Amino acid sequence: MTTAFLPVLEVENLAIAYRDKDHEQRVVHGVSFSIAPGEVVALVGESGSGKTTTAQSIIGLLADNGRVEYGAIRLNGTDIAGWSADRFDTVRGRVVSLIPQDPTSSLNPVRTVGEQVGEILKIHRYGDRKAIGQRVVELLAKVGLSQPELRARQYAHELSGGMKQRVLIAIAIALQPALIIADEPTSALDVTVQRRILDLIDELRSEFGTAVLLVTHDLGVAADRADRLVVLQGGRIQEQGDTAAVLRNPQSPYTRKLLADAPSLSAAAFRPARVAANEAAERPEDFAIVVEGLVHDFPVAGLGGDRQPFRAVDGVSFRVRRGTTHAIVGESGSGKTTTIRDVVGFRQPTAGRIVIEGTDLTTLRGEALRQFRRTVQLVYQNPFSSLDPRQTIFQIIEEPLRNFEPFDAAERERRVHDILARVGLPTTVLERRPHALSGGQRQRVAIARALVLQPRVLVLDEAVSALDVTVQAQILALLDSLQRDLGLTYLFISHDLAVVRQIADTVSVLQGGRQVDAGRVEDVFLRPGSDYTRELIDAIPGKKNHHHDALDTLSRETPGLLQQAA
Amino acid sequence: MTTTSSTADLGAFGSSAPPATHRYERALAVPAAAVVPTAPIPAAPPPRTRNGTWNRRFVQRARSAPLSLWLAWGVVALVALWALAPGLFTSHSATVGVAGQQLQAPSAAHWLGTDALGRDGYARLVFGAVHSLSGAFLAVAVGLVLGTLLGLLAGSTGGWVEDVIMRIVDVLLSVPSLLLSLSIIIILGFGTLNAAVAVGVASVAGFARLTRSEVVRVRRSDYVEAAFGSGGRFGAVLWRHVLPNSLTSVIAMAALQFGSAILSISTLGFLGYGAPPPTPEWGLLIAEGRNYLSTAWWLTTVPGLVVVAVVLAANRISAALTRGRA
Repeated sequence: MTTAFLPVLEVENLAIAYRDKDHEQRVVHGVSFSIAPGEVVALVGESGSGKTTTAQSIIGLLADNGRVEYGAIRLNGTDIAGWSADRFDTVRGRVVSLIPQDPTSSLNPVRTVGEQVGEILKIHRYGDRKAIGQRVVELLAKVGLSQPELRARQYAHELSGGMKQRVLIAIAIALQPALIIADEPTSALDVTVQRRILDLIDELRSEFGTAVLLVTHDLGVAADRADRLVVLQGGRIQEQGDTAAVLRNPQSPYTRKLLADAPSLSAAAFRPARVAANEAAERPEDFAIVVEGLVHDFPVAGLGGDRQPFRAVDGVSFRVRRGTTHAIVGESGSGKTTTIRDVVGFRQPTAGRIVIEGTDLTTLRGEALRQFRRTVQLVYQNPFSSLDPRQTIFQIIEEPLRNFEPFDAAERERRVHDILARVGLPTTVLERRPHALSGGQRQRVAIARALVLQPRVLVLDEAVSALDVTVQAQILALLDSLQRDLGLTYLFISHDLAVVRQIADTVSVLQGGRQVDAGRVEDVFLRPGSDYTRELIDAIPGKKNHHHDALDTLSRETPGLLQQAA
Repeated sequence: MTTTSSTADLGAFGSSAPPATHRYERALAVPAAAVVPTAPIPAAPPPRTRNGTWNRRFVQRARSAPLSLWLAWGVVALVALWALAPGLFTSHSATVGVAGQQLQAPSAAHWLGTDALGRDGYARLVFGAVHSLSGAFLAVAVGLVLGTLLGLLAGSTGGWVEDVIMRIVDVLLSVPSLLLSLSIIIILGFGTLNAAVAVGVASVAGFARLTRSEVVRVRRSDYVEAAFGSGGRFGAVLWRHVLPNSLTSVIAMAALQFGSAILSISTLGFLGYGAPPPTPEWGLLIAEGRNYLSTAWWLTTVPGLVVVAVVLAANRISAALTRGRA
């Protein structure tokens, strides 16, 4: 990877603007970087930083109202900045190709996977049908799909998310392009799948010598996989350089902030114990949430009399001390969502007991259940779908109060203002509607709505995973201070172990509906009790740079200490 | 590629939102730009700033509306004025004919000629607007209210209630609507009012099905579950969240239905099931003129064209409403 080669891609002083009705808004301001053959360069930034726009311009897929204002994009030395869509067709797929972000929506549902991989070969006249068919199977095998002949005949809905992403990668490498643009290739995937996909991209790169432009918001992923980092903010490059150098010695304050906020890279160790854990004096009234032997079956639709119901949750038990945070970790399909929906009383479990603040939830029905909702509140993952778009923020936060006790209007308004101040929002947002707020602000509104009834237990369903790292860090800090001030108990659902390490006291690891590991976060992280937990922990991105990995340092140093103690 | 459609969505949020390629990114990219307090707000803005925002929005919208939409609103406005104040548009009587002036061709005195009884064609058209329009309004109101209620009930309760309601709706949909209207009129008796009710009942099924599908969609959303989770009672959640969020496309359908209701009422009038003869109802005008088609084609053609124009205008407005939904 010396610079003696001609760079595959050279972006020089690139500016891109979007036209909006009658004026233009520039979103990329004079960005310059280059990629050598076989090199991985990560374009890192938060949403709105212009990273996707930059990537789109390189492959000629800017939105219709987007325009390259000035600057050059040189692909193997040819400036393609001003090219028409037709001219782009000659290089797309052959010289530069794209791995899109969301594998679930990027494949055509009515055509087989094989046809879709074959399409790019057909467009670029790879050969006759037989040759294409053969090549498709080869490609599917190359990206690590088992039974490639079978896969080629399947449709997208028959494949898992990880398999779909492999198919998209097969399409991207079909003609062995010089440059692959991977736009958030793993953001929609579980962490273990994410690792396998990134490994695959790495392998293919070393095999074909393809250069990769990795567009990501996840500094951990970038740190692990990229040779060089380009940090973007507001359409301007804040910093670029060798990954190790940038991470060790960040020059710009923005990079420093990103590094500090990224849970997978931050130096923050485990969270200090919330309650003096006196294991001996365990009284039942110390626990805000007690779940015992939770089982949840779903009936399976189908013919035949002896069909087995699907068991989504199978014998999960945990206890959460009042004022602490318990995390439930698992990948999609692990039963974590079903568990918390039982805990907040949206569904009745098939078997087991759920006791919250002394009330057995499984016996409650109707009005009693409604009254009980004051004790437990849920914050949703997606603050864009959990707030009614037609209500103002005031109406949203006020609504729970209207559901209980006849507070008069003045009292309701006072309480709304109180809680708004607590979650750190200005009163000016009250008159607005959700769409006029940012993701972080919306999540604050959702938290305010949950807290306005003064519940004892707050269940957070992936409450920070849809947010940018810096916003995520702010929300986590807010949750922390609320817990300290109000003595709340949190049940925190996440697939992101790095976040869990930062916020939780105790943790349950679920796999396929079973609890495979449980205990204090430190214990589970340092001495995982199952292979699955170990795999999850290994899959946390950001491991490669030892300087910044608290977990790594800890796991190298602490076990000795713990052994001594034991 | 989803980029084009996402840019269109973003257009509403203000000037500086860059287009985004995927849901996640779009979700996060929008608000940064939209925190600006002047961001246009769909639906009713907060009361404090109501007047200013409304005016500005109206002007903005009107300026960007295409010519065809202008025309459509123009047609509807003109016909509405005919219905409200017919006396302003013509000095002739719509029901009393002038002897010796039968079947005249269009002239300066009688813009659209006269019919077989010497009545002014233009006057009959203008005075007929109120019958056709109020009939259509009533029909749409019947369909909208009953249909929305049934759909809301079916979509929100589920189970056997939904099954029963939706199977009845299926049966109603399987009968041709004109036949259905005719059967209802035979039960209720002739007349403008009854014709309107009959047309309305025939459209209940369509409204019910659309409302149900919207309600089912909205009911699954996180904010409805969150409303239940914060202690909302069934009725309150339905009223505060489900109904308002389901109505947008139902309203668009009402506009569409308005056009076809005029057509159906005119059809019933033409067949003699609507308003009784001296009433200048549009369908009746067409029917009465039909005997003189070879000598006085304008008697049938002009009311026919007016019906077509109003129906097309309603369709155009409905299309604009559908596109306007967020």
